[in-house]
Amino acid sequence: MCGIIGVIDRSRKRMDGTGIRAALSRMDERGSGEGAGYAAYGAFPDFKEYYALHVFFDNLHEIKPIVEEELSKWGEIEHQEPIPTYEQPNIKKVHSPWRFFFRPDLHLMPRSTTPGDDIVTHLVMKINTTIPGALVYASGKNVAVFKASGWPEEVAAFYRIQDYEGYLWLGHNRYPTNTPGWWGGAHPFNLLHWSVVHNGEITSYGTNRRYIESYGYQCSMYTDTEVVAYLFDLLIRRHGLSLEMAVKALAPPFWDEIDQMPEREQEIMRAIRLTYGPALMNGPFAIVVANQDSMVGFTDRIKLRPLVSGELGDRLYISSEEAAIRTMEPEVGEIVMPRAGEPIIGRAR
Amino acid sequence: MSIGSVPLRYRISVDHDQCMICGRCVESCPYGVFRKEGEQIHVNSRVCVACHRCISMCPRDAISLVERPVDYRSHPIWTPQVKEAIYNQARTGKIILSGMGNAQDYPVIFDRLVLDACQVTNPSIDPLREPMELRTYIGKKPAHLDFKMVNGDTVLETKLSPNLLLETPIMIGHMSYGAISLNAQQSLARAVTECGTFMGTGEGGLHHSLYPYQDHMIVQVASGRFGVDINYLERGAAIEIKIGQGAKPGLGGHLPGEKICADVSCTRMIPEGSDAISPAPHHDIYSIEDLKQLVRSLKEATEWKKPVFVKIAAVHNSAAIAAGIARSSADAVVIDGFRGGTGAAPRVFRDHVGIPIEAAVASVDAKLRSQGIRNEVSLIASGGIRESADVAKVIALGADAVYIGTAALVAMGCRVCGTCYKGLCPWGIATQRPDLVARLDPDFASVNVANLIHAWTLELSELMGAAGINSIESLRGNRDRLRGYLLDESIMKVLDVKTVGA
Amino acid sequence: MADTVRIDAKGMHYTPLNRAIKAAVASGARKIELDNIMGQRFIADGLRGDVEIIINGVPGGDLGMFMSGPTCIVHGNCEHAPGNTMDAGTIVIHGNAGDAVAHSMRGGMIFVRDDIGYRGGIHMKQYKEKRPILVIGGSARAFLGEYMAGGLILVLGRKGTHPELDRGIGSGIHGGKIIIRGDVSDKHLGVGAKKDDLKGEGREEITPLIEKFCVFFDLDPASFIDDRYYLITPASARPFASKYTWEV
Repeated sequence: MCGIIGVIDRSRKRMDGTGIRAALSRMDERGSGEGAGYAAYGAFPDFKEYYALHVFFDNLHEIKPIVEEELSKWGEIEHQEPIPTYEQPNIKKVHSPWRFFFRPDLHLMPRSTTPGDDIVTHLVMKINTTIPGALVYASGKNVAVFKASGWPEEVAAFYRIQDYEGYLWLGHNRYPTNTPGWWGGAHPFNLLHWSVVHNGEITSYGTNRRYIESYGYQCSMYTDTEVVAYLFDLLIRRHGLSLEMAVKALAPPFWDEIDQMPEREQEIMRAIRLTYGPALMNGPFAIVVANQDSMVGFTDRIKLRPLVSGELGDRLYISSEEAAIRTMEPEVGEIVMPRAGEPIIGRAR
Repeated sequence: MSIGSVPLRYRISVDHDQCMICGRCVESCPYGVFRKEGEQIHVNSRVCVACHRCISMCPRDAISLVERPVDYRSHPIWTPQVKEAIYNQARTGKIILSGMGNAQDYPVIFDRLVLDACQVTNPSIDPLREPMELRTYIGKKPAHLDFKMVNGDTVLETKLSPNLLLETPIMIGHMSYGAISLNAQQSLARAVTECGTFMGTGEGGLHHSLYPYQDHMIVQVASGRFGVDINYLERGAAIEIKIGQGAKPGLGGHLPGEKICADVSCTRMIPEGSDAISPAPHHDIYSIEDLKQLVRSLKEATEWKKPVFVKIAAVHNSAAIAAGIARSSADAVVIDGFRGGTGAAPRVFRDHVGIPIEAAVASVDAKLRSQGIRNEVSLIASGGIRESADVAKVIALGADAVYIGTAALVAMGCRVCGTCYKGLCPWGIATQRPDLVARLDPDFASVNVANLIHAWTLELSELMGAAGINSIESLRGNRDRLRGYLLDESIMKVLDVKTVGA
Repeated sequence: MADTVRIDAKGMHYTPLNRAIKAAVASGARKIELDNIMGQRFIADGLRGDVEIIINGVPGGDLGMFMSGPTCIVHGNCEHAPGNTMDAGTIVIHGNAGDAVAHSMRGGMIFVRDDIGYRGGIHMKQYKEKRPILVIGGSARAFLGEYMAGGLILVLGRKGTHPELDRGIGSGIHGGKIIIRGDVSDKHLGVGAKKDDLKGEGREEITPLIEKFCVFFDLDPASFIDDRYYLITPASARPFASKYTWEV
């Protein structure tokens, strides 16, 4: 189920949303018209120092003041606005999408090395688990997320993503089984600077969820994908692992492979598996994860889901299908299929 | 004599048409049920314990056994067991000792939990064709890793604590030489070595004939400190401090002098024929900080090269106790549920003290996670693990590995007759009588035990594969893959599982 | 390596300290002197060899635990459980010691110049040539020799004519003996313990121990040797046998 795509321009040159919309629509066979979404890094140059909190409100009158009050305990709202939407015949507007540009008061988290991120993470968990009728679905700086229940082209038109520009885009075409029609269930999933698009199912979800919950994350999206965002945040931001090492933790080599490695590598891989066993993701998946500086795609350890990539100039593309990449960039070079568990990484300069 | 005798527990009868008077039953039974008089086998059913040795040895299937051939008036409260315990105590005025695990009819939580399998949205994995990893490391794990770059190479800065490498998450628990025979221990030791796993010595020292298997043995330090010296500690692959056991939480142990033969006396380092009394507490542990001191004294003595486990009985407050243990430098916590077996325990403890392993593991795992110290220790579950499904379920509830005890004995012939305390085990397991011990041939029994571990490992692989999981760490604590079937809401809350259909 | 090694343990954690001791023993030291000891636990834990360790200061708990051979001479008091599960060797304490001295000790000797705390000699046991001996120069608190399964405890009460005693002496004793100078009141006897006058052979046994004790602490043995002693032994070798009946 589902189709995924991501593109990064390493020179941070921005693209509008037209290309990714066409690419994602190319994979409509992989979806069911009940969910699609996009993420764009670099979308808010005027507010790039502020956390862009995107919220689905069920009711602006009643619930928005409660959220504003919660936010005001931890910092200041620099600017807020309804996210512009444009009526589409097949999209029923069940939520009011809203965005706050928020500056946390760093003094309120004195012992943290990343106080702003910690405050925002806390707020996201708090609002999503204790304020019914409000769902924070994006919370990074300079990242826009657009999602709704519908086909990719309808969602793109609903938000007019062609009006936004980003140097890194993700897109997701959903075939839901669990929470069809729920906007919160559409991808990309975002927390802080992390956004995730995911094809497949994580059979280790229960283990992964209990692991990240012991670090204070709370799963509120009723689906397995959100743990990926939290795992990346934990492993990279809080534990300081490199992107490569984090992927090794989530999709490690098999023990019989590790046993054959040279001594030093063996020691590292054994340590990774012992320490991060509860973070290992099992089951069929292909995932593209992004943050403000990079994009990484990888599959499960036995390659149960498709994933290919290609490059042209500064741009790296990763997708479920080659056709999607070629739709976006007909001139793309050699198409590469990564090995199971091996990451494809693109880093912006 | 006013109470008179109680009715027969078992009636043995011999089909004389079938019987060929070969006398195997007479030889088999150490309790003296059979005797040959003239050309006929006669029986005394009163001494039968239902060990089935005679039945398994009879070449003509001529022996039958009926349990409770004489009815009492049926009554739901005043059961035969309750009445006979009263008759016993009215006669003797003493504490009743009994064998094996909890015999009370409590519901088994394992039997009210069902496992998951994949359909459509993810594929099941065939362990015959694709990799399936059951390798398990037991010991302390760091909460996170630190790396540094040296000349462009990534170098690990974090120092890992010693861990035991298990090829399957099934170990054999602590049954001492003394409680069981040397042939039984040798059979178990050969089996765990063959299977790439571990067994416990129990509190009976390490017999020199087991030295070849010492890399697969966990040496126990219990309150009696029998057989414990620096050589013993250095031989073990790991050291286990036994605080309590599920069959008799809060009590020590007592091996009667009759069972202390020359060899047992030697490994325990106590005189032949003297009682081996393990006190209820360790007298150098009266508080949690004392436990830390004992853990560290063992580590210090062995230069921090050995993982140290701490075993406790599953009791009401296990979760908080385990959290304390996790802070003591211990590498693993063993939780022994109230169904755990034993050679002898006061019946009132065996049947009424402690809690089931399923609930204990669930609450311990949850508590350790809530305090962010789950990585500090491995969690080993024991006490009533009967089959591979129990292993899968208890791992899904949060255990890293299991200890089996009774199941391994059953694999060597034990019929769970519960009469271990008589020291006459006809299967050569729970006895020191040389003629009975000789009945258990380690060449065969070790294969039987290894077969059992292999078979469960295969079944565990199949269960994992069907659930779309190819690595045991993704089953561990994966309670989403369990559902409660007719469990009440409060216990499902403790287990943190949903009901079937949800 | 010199015959004598001196280690300044000021501010040192016990793990590096024990490592240094083991290294010194491995390289042939016959005498190791530890200065500025202050609370370091587990000194000589699991240590083997024929070496004398002089400890200047107050060692922490479990001094000489699992020790198998060496001699430790402490110039200062000891905390709890010196000689815990000790196998062989000698501990000499120029001062007092805490609770559970000689816990589960299975061999070797401990000499304490002054008093010890509660449960001294608890569950000492003997096997063949291994017979642990605990000599207490002063007094012992309650539950002395509790659960005792073997070995010998000798209490001298050197500060007066007899030691100050407390309840539960030899409670649960099922092997070994406790010998106490002066009188022992019945109210101080533990469950399953019985007392007798120490006579003949028993007196011969303690004489060399008293002499040894007096050499360590530079005392005159005469006043101890001539005095009256009580012997406490198990009333039965199976103290708990009558508590139980079998299910069937």
